[in-house]
Amino acid sequence: MLASLELFGETLIYTLRDVSPIIVILVVFQVAVLRRKPLNIGGIITGSVMVLLGLALFLIGLDQALFPIGETMARQLTEEAQTLAGVVRWEDYWLVYLFAGAIGFAATVAEPSLIAVGLKAEEVSGGAVRAWGLRIAVAVGVAAGVALGCFRIVTGTPLPWYIVGAYVIVIVQTYLASRTIVPLAYDSGGVTTSTVTVPVVAALGLGLAANVPGRSPLIDGFGLIAFASVFPIMSVLGYAISADWLARWRRRKEQREVEQ
Amino acid sequence: MLRFALTMAKRILGAVRDLLPIVAVILLFQVVVIRQPFPDLVSVAVGLACVVAGLALFVQGLESGLFPLGEALAQGMAQKGSTAWLLALAFSLGFGTTVAEPALIAVASEAAEVAAEARFIGYSEADQDRYALELRIVVAVAVGLAIVLGVLRILKGWPIHRFIIGGYILVMVMTVFAPEEIVGVAYDSGGVTTSTITVPLITALGVGLASAIRGRNPMLDGFGLIAFASLTPMICVLGYGMVS
Repeated sequence: MLASLELFGETLIYTLRDVSPIIVILVVFQVAVLRRKPLNIGGIITGSVMVLLGLALFLIGLDQALFPIGETMARQLTEEAQTLAGVVRWEDYWLVYLFAGAIGFAATVAEPSLIAVGLKAEEVSGGAVRAWGLRIAVAVGVAAGVALGCFRIVTGTPLPWYIVGAYVIVIVQTYLASRTIVPLAYDSGGVTTSTVTVPVVAALGLGLAANVPGRSPLIDGFGLIAFASVFPIMSVLGYAISADWLARWRRRKEQREVEQ
Repeated sequence: MLRFALTMAKRILGAVRDLLPIVAVILLFQVVVIRQPFPDLVSVAVGLACVVAGLALFVQGLESGLFPLGEALAQGMAQKGSTAWLLALAFSLGFGTTVAEPALIAVASEAAEVAAEARFIGYSEADQDRYALELRIVVAVAVGLAIVLGVLRILKGWPIHRFIIGGYILVMVMTVFAPEEIVGVAYDSGGVTTSTITVPLITALGVGLASAIRGRNPMLDGFGLIAFASLTPMICVLGYGMVS
């Protein structure tokens, strides 16, 4: 009990260092530049205290639960895959890809900020892009990305090949997609990686690199989050382009029918 | 008091909803595939409770205290019309929110541990702490620069895709010259920066700005700040790896 209290106190001091810059910035700009008294000083103080306590609790939970969960899953799933000692065959690790894809899909479909982005996309595109369709597109993108990222860790192929390849596809898609959807698609890559998902996925990648023979966590262990941020951009642009084409094709078909 | 209890209950439900899909998938794999006892189950369960309580408190604190202040500030600054101050605020907001971002704290500490085990940096705890803090400051400066660039873009009405594509090309070129050990961390740092605290404040700044300037569509010009904020960290961390 005493030890955990001590841990909490120590973590709290660290979080003070992390949170104070943003509080100082907000208050200084308010007072010095806008020359306004902050309206609700009591709310700001209680809010800041809650942010501090919350971050400290979260960081403790991170070390106790989120990191161990990712590492344990990586270890147990690679143990399932290692039947022959020393030989790494990528197809033996299919359970790992399935697990990574399932985590990516489930965490993304439930992401609240994505619901908002989907509704905005429907509005911007004039209904050609559906909100739920976009959500599925992003979730499938994240799932495929994280699964492919695990495949990369198992095979030990260089990360830049994949990410640069994805960039080239995104650049081509940008020129094909309608201008209104592009900023939204770029943003959708950033919103998929929530505070809970990131640590679990990062620990999964590092645990995988530590357990697959011949892989180094430092070189091979990172990159899953990069996959999870680039692939949704690709799938949203792809979805928008095909929705656009479909709408145009339908219109042309209707026109032809009218002419006949 | 009752209202506070109700909002806290709502926040806890929100945090549970964040966690539930991951826990469900893990349970499914544990029961169907692995069928082994999960190590340290009690400690993990306590940790998960800490995550839920922590996230609920964190989000409620942000919503009740800091976000209203940030939004009022963003709108006030946008209407005031002094570009220099606006850019100073943009940088400070990007920097300050990123330093406090929980997901970045998590990944930076993992990166430091892995780098220390591979003897890429010194092994002592002080060395690891310093490396993690340096990484986070580099990323925070990068996000600050991204927001400055994004605000300039909104002010001038520059098209977004040129910046993104130019940034991608820069990342590709720098990857060739950066040490192999930093590339993975650099690529990941792009996705990490934009979650709980950065996204709402930065979106408020962008949308407030785009609606304050005549001829700008908040729908089109208000977005894209997040995209910048996921791109510049990669460039800056690659650069940090090349310099140090």
